[in-house]
Amino acid sequence: MSRRRHSDDSDAGQPHKRRRTSEPSEIEERLESLICRVGEKSNSSLESNLEGLAGVLEADLPNYKSKILRILCTVARLLPEKLTVYTTLVGLLNARNYNFGGEFVEAMIRQLKECLKVNMYNEAVHLVRFLSDLVNCHVIAAPSMVAMFENFVSVTQEEDVPQVRCDWYMFAFLSSLPWVGKELYEKKDAEMDRLLSQTESYLKRRQKIHVPMLQVWTADKPHPQEEYLDCLWSQIQKLKKDRWQERHILRPYLAFDSILCEALQHNLPPFTPPPHTEDSVYPMPRVIFRMFDYTDDPEGPVMPGSHSVERFVIEENLHCIIKSHWKERKTCAAQLLSYPGNNKIPLNYHIVEVIFAELFQLPSPPHIEVMYTTLLIELCKLQPGSLPQVLAQATEMLYMRLDTMNTTCVDRFINWFSHHLSNFQFRWSWEDWSDCLTQDLEKPKPKFVREVLEKCMRLSYHQRIIDIVPASFSVLSPANPVCIYKYGDESNRSLPGYTVALCLTIAIKNKASNDEIFNILKDVPNPNQDDDDDEGFTFNPLKIEVFVQTLLHLAAKSFSHSFSALAKFHEVFKTLAESDEGKLHVLRVVYEVWKNHPQMIAVLVDKMIRTQIVDCAAVANWIFSSELAHDFTRFYIWEILHSTIRKMNKHVLKIHKELEETKARLARQHKRRDSDDDDDDDDRSSDREDGPLEEQIERLQEKVESAQSEQKNLFLVIFQRFIMLLTEHLVRCETGGIDVFTPWYKSCIERLQQIFLQHHQIIQQYMVTLENLLFTAELDHHILAVFQQFCALQA
Amino acid sequence: SAAGGGAAMCSGGTLSILRSDSYAELSQYRDQHFRGTRYDQERLLRKSCTLYVGNLSFYTTEEQIHELFSKSGDIKKVIMGLDKVKKTACGFCFVEYYTRGDAENAMRFINGTRLDDRIIRTDWDAGFKEGRQYGRGRSGGQVRDEYRQDYDAGRGGYGKIVQCQ
Repeated sequence: MSRRRHSDDSDAGQPHKRRRTSEPSEIEERLESLICRVGEKSNSSLESNLEGLAGVLEADLPNYKSKILRILCTVARLLPEKLTVYTTLVGLLNARNYNFGGEFVEAMIRQLKECLKVNMYNEAVHLVRFLSDLVNCHVIAAPSMVAMFENFVSVTQEEDVPQVRCDWYMFAFLSSLPWVGKELYEKKDAEMDRLLSQTESYLKRRQKIHVPMLQVWTADKPHPQEEYLDCLWSQIQKLKKDRWQERHILRPYLAFDSILCEALQHNLPPFTPPPHTEDSVYPMPRVIFRMFDYTDDPEGPVMPGSHSVERFVIEENLHCIIKSHWKERKTCAAQLLSYPGNNKIPLNYHIVEVIFAELFQLPSPPHIEVMYTTLLIELCKLQPGSLPQVLAQATEMLYMRLDTMNTTCVDRFINWFSHHLSNFQFRWSWEDWSDCLTQDLEKPKPKFVREVLEKCMRLSYHQRIIDIVPASFSVLSPANPVCIYKYGDESNRSLPGYTVALCLTIAIKNKASNDEIFNILKDVPNPNQDDDDDEGFTFNPLKIEVFVQTLLHLAAKSFSHSFSALAKFHEVFKTLAESDEGKLHVLRVVYEVWKNHPQMIAVLVDKMIRTQIVDCAAVANWIFSSELAHDFTRFYIWEILHSTIRKMNKHVLKIHKELEETKARLARQHKRRDSDDDDDDDDRSSDREDGPLEEQIERLQEKVESAQSEQKNLFLVIFQRFIMLLTEHLVRCETGGIDVFTPWYKSCIERLQQIFLQHHQIIQQYMVTLENLLFTAELDHHILAVFQQFCALQA
Repeated sequence: SAAGGGAAMCSGGTLSILRSDSYAELSQYRDQHFRGTRYDQERLLRKSCTLYVGNLSFYTTEEQIHELFSKSGDIKKVIMGLDKVKKTACGFCFVEYYTRGDAENAMRFINGTRLDDRIIRTDWDAGFKEGRQYGRGRSGGQVRDEYRQDYDAGRGGYGKIVQCQ
């Protein structure tokens, strides 16, 4: 709806618009509103609303046919959770106006082709499903729908195409069957049997190397984490065994059967799937997340089984609702809770399961993580008597299964749970989790509790955390985030550099300049060399130590103080950290000073990258250094690494964008010149005009290349270090005859997977280098498997 | 994913019901001290990456704010609101992001949730200028703390007017 602005100087035209009531854009808004709102809570029945709306639209067809067509096509694509409402509407319109029905079907096919061309595969599935439900509304003839599905399934016979392409066409076919399987089987059982048998053989022969990488849990109990096509196939097989009886989907068209069966049907034009191109990007495979079954809510309605088609339909619809309304948390929560069938299914359990399915989805959640936290809070507000209990039950279950949960998913669990608790005064029955206190601190459960408490502290303060947990949990409580200054005590006066540190402290407190600092540091001996350079500023770890320790200590009060310090003495930092060893040592000292305060380390590293005191490769090398081995499995380390990679990626994109924009400016300049139609085509003057822009483009081109090279190098460094670390462990275990699969190993190998998954689009560019240089056949098969699983994702 | 930009391409558009983004809209508040026209202010608000954050406890730290608001994206800067006289925190701050999208997500998902057990409120800000970090109330804190009648332990107890009675 266009928001009416209060009359502004800039909007002198508004008053006129308000007086006229039949502006085309207002009509379209009204039509859109009518169509979008049908099916929502109303005093009249859905059937009478649909009938009324069909009458209104039929009357508007002579004047607004194309608008109505466009709106209906859009709701088909973007409101799949209301699929059957709109197919019924189209059915009623088709019964009243056969031509309109035909034009709608044609428009839908055009839209489907467009979607496939621009890689909008998720929306294309909704269109296919819509078309198939139109068979139930007597708009499309069943045999022509079967023919379309035959073309879909025959994609599996194509040669030299990615498996994910065949997967999509198979998914589009199978996922429509809950809606239309019965009707198609009744009309064309032989053809359907043939299609189903082709499906079965495709599913048997397709490779599933990618599955372990996408599973939230590595264990199959209590619920197997099935590959999405396998799960759907089991559901369809069960549906077929039940003679295609499907009772969950709301089908408003049943009430209109007498009208609809009088309607003439249209045949779908023969549909050839557009061929595979280099630009085609198909959806990644998925694993179906399940955490509940009927035993989890013994008193409520029975939860449909994992291989029931009801389960599939409910999950699809709930996911669609979130996709439609994720920006509007109150609406989203209300829509989820008003999903029909409330008293026949344990809706709260389905909602919680679907939300966690998205939150834990690998490689990434469909939406920003914080949305799910806030959505769950809204749901708790709307259902305070029931939802919090389901959420608590879910949390307990997730905790119980931490041992086999993928490390990336544990990260998200930690972030969600700590943020959630911070909205509820950190109230939780910690004693229920005392079992983790007797375990090795590196095991998943105590590790989880430690990380949660650390995150809770970041959202509050240290004493608060001490107060909220039982005394027995003190072993898991976070350290008091205080600064460690090695030159602080008189007792340290024998340390080399102590006197310089004192000098520096006084100087900085007296607002010394960078030059004065350089002067003071000049006298610091270099433990690495016998004779200094004339310049005096080669890598001197002691200089770095004294300066960084002292400065960070003086600026310890807050983030802002520390950032100001970095800014004020930027010159000193840049000089001391000029070499790679210098950069590494700066990071080491930052860690030594702030190892109790991981959050401070993270923000300092971020600032130092952004102000180019250190570079991304230095951070990567620092993370894999032996000094950090003790903290290697802590969450904050990986937050820092992934944040570093993201900064690198954003940097490359930014320069690339600048380059494209400058090229566009040059092109516009040329165009302007050409269109001026100058007969005096003085080449030299045109070149002069182009000069500065062309120079800029050349410079930017170099910048892009250098940034891309830095980016590739960063990933290579990371992969290299992982391989070294993991190989070391594997060799040690082999020679020592001990089990490879320690908690450290599980964490490390999953962190490697996480790099691949979180940055898969960038890494795809490096496949050849990775294959030839790093992930070669000589590599231990444990490590190689990760690479192979990654390759399988878009194969 | 490839789905994002193409939505508008397919048969010309999306639906207003799905364009609804009420949490990210401008509020009715306009800064009376803003130098420029209403139009200028609104133009800046519509492209701003800076949020005003209100109803903080006086004890809430920059670190806590940084942790919470980082959940919607990388933070460029946090500027704590200060009592003009005491130069101590007086319950508001500015959070600046690198991109508007990150700020929008904060408006959608952090606004109206709790920090230090208090429901905090975020709103678009036209951009930090020196001097705007100070409370505008007569006593040095925020205006709202001059006139309120309730007792709020996290914001200095009773309002200033009540305290003077």
